[in-house]
Amino acid sequence: MNHWIIAPVVLPALLAPLIAFVMRHDIALSRVASFAGTAALFGIALGLALLAADGETLVYRLGDWPAPFGIVLVLDRLSALMVLLTAALALIVLVHAAATGWDERGRHFHPLFQFQLMGICGAFLTGDAFNLFVFFEVLLIASYGLMIHGGGRTRLQAGLQYVVMNLAGSTLFLFALGTLYAVTGTLNIADLAVRVRELPVEEAALLRVAATLLMMVFAIKAALFPVQFWLPGTYANAPAPVAALFAVMTKVGAYAILRIYITAFGPGVAATDGMPGAWLFPAAVVTVAIGAFGVLGARRLMPLIAFSVVGSMGTLMLAISTFTPDAVTAALYYLLHSTMAAAALFLMADVILARRGGDILQAVRATPQNGLFGAMFFAGAIGMAGMPPLSGFLGKLLALDALRASPSVEVAWAVILIGSLLTIVGFARAGSTLFWKSTAVAAETGDGEAPPPSAEANAGPLELAPAMTALATLALLAALAGPVTGYLGETSAQLFDREGYISAVLGPDGEG
Amino acid sequence: MELVVASSVGVLTAGGVYLILRPRAFPVILGLALLSYAVNIFLFSTGRLAVDAPPILSKYGDAAYTDPLPQALVLTAIVISFGMTAVLVMIALGAYLESDHDKVDMTEPEDGGAAEKDRAQ
Repeated sequence: MNHWIIAPVVLPALLAPLIAFVMRHDIALSRVASFAGTAALFGIALGLALLAADGETLVYRLGDWPAPFGIVLVLDRLSALMVLLTAALALIVLVHAAATGWDERGRHFHPLFQFQLMGICGAFLTGDAFNLFVFFEVLLIASYGLMIHGGGRTRLQAGLQYVVMNLAGSTLFLFALGTLYAVTGTLNIADLAVRVRELPVEEAALLRVAATLLMMVFAIKAALFPVQFWLPGTYANAPAPVAALFAVMTKVGAYAILRIYITAFGPGVAATDGMPGAWLFPAAVVTVAIGAFGVLGARRLMPLIAFSVVGSMGTLMLAISTFTPDAVTAALYYLLHSTMAAAALFLMADVILARRGGDILQAVRATPQNGLFGAMFFAGAIGMAGMPPLSGFLGKLLALDALRASPSVEVAWAVILIGSLLTIVGFARAGSTLFWKSTAVAAETGDGEAPPPSAEANAGPLELAPAMTALATLALLAALAGPVTGYLGETSAQLFDREGYISAVLGPDGEG
Repeated sequence: MELVVASSVGVLTAGGVYLILRPRAFPVILGLALLSYAVNIFLFSTGRLAVDAPPILSKYGDAAYTDPLPQALVLTAIVISFGMTAVLVMIALGAYLESDHDKVDMTEPEDGGAAEKDRAQ
């Protein structure tokens, strides 16, 4: 049993109270500790990814209790990949938060940040459905604190909505788990897979109820129609670094859908066969449309980016909804891309808006670094909208290709392509207002009469570096698309190898 | 027994759903509390209802026992929902004190003044 598997959960869990109780009065010390912890987490995640790369499913039994009775953590390629993505994103966001001083605008940013990482990593690693609920709560309760970090009227109101929405979701999660336990008598994911397969179709009605309830819970997390309402308000009003970190939280929902509906209620299970896809597909179609119209209609920059996140989740879910290995490969590639693209946009929006004053999309006097900001926004926008040469284009291309196997391929293609077009138009309009028309304003009133609204110093390299790094990841994903998709193909093959997962967790005979 | 448990879950859920659809924060919090009570009772029943049975296997061959796992789940759920309610009350209080009303709905800032003020801090 490899104890490194639990390290991504234990490390932030130990570090967070240490920062909260020992270093709370010294922001420099908290920053160093938080950064060191996150860097160590990144190192551990790299190590775990290498460990999982040979295709073996590694199991960590807490307290060494055998599998269906104790809680297990399971490390396979998918969970290692997600933990690595989380750690990389966390490192970028943390540097940004420290460089722009966001972590000083309220209390306990770093402990909450570490607890958030603990919850996210735990949710990716756990092999037990109730444990998944517990880690969801951990990441949610930390996210409530991060969401209202810095305070302010609109942020607290948006935070209240976010908390209410997610508490209702948690209640629904418990109802779903209760129903699941009543039907199958287990909550271990591998054991569920065995029991669900043995369940006669005549007795599957309750199981289908549980599966649908679970789908709704994960749809809330993944911001799918009709429960996507919380996302634009939350992301637009959260502190920008927090919104960037939240980019991976929607992916927790996507991951949970993959894990539960492939590993536990896999394709080929008579009781739930075809059901998840049938629900996901229309929801994802409407989600893409909402995202695209939102981008087109947004009057402020932060909601615009938030709606583009909604749209990207819709595209991701469209790919997932076919539940074939090829489509999951495409979905995973798009997942990596859209997380980094959203983070890049939120981080650069923060740097830009801090110097413009207000995020209303209107032409005000251009900032001194207008050209640089414009170029960065351009790169981020083409990444998010899915234009070459960045990875969004390849991600959408892979998704379109995989969706050819779907029975409603015309609808899926039309929605993705029209949605992309609307997103491009929305981003182009926002960019031209923010950066192009602003230069005209500067020419008219640029006689030094009225000082710009917030004449702050130019953005230093440390403030620009995190957003640039996220953009560079997009370029890297595009450049290394071959090896990356090769690895992701193996990842989805392992995900669909349910027997391998079951025998790794429960033992070769399937009985523990 | 079954009737009592089932109807209490139903009544609590119905009341909770009604309350979380109210426009003000306080009824919403009460509604979420009612929903969490409902789910706790519901979780209790998922291990089948057994009266007067211990949650452990008896070594004297008496096979009547009640499933201990749902009890552990309920305990976890109670702790979590208690903590969450406390957090929610604090956030609702904060939002009330900042905005002088306790409506859950937001008014979209037309002029971006609030966002601007936030950033300037």
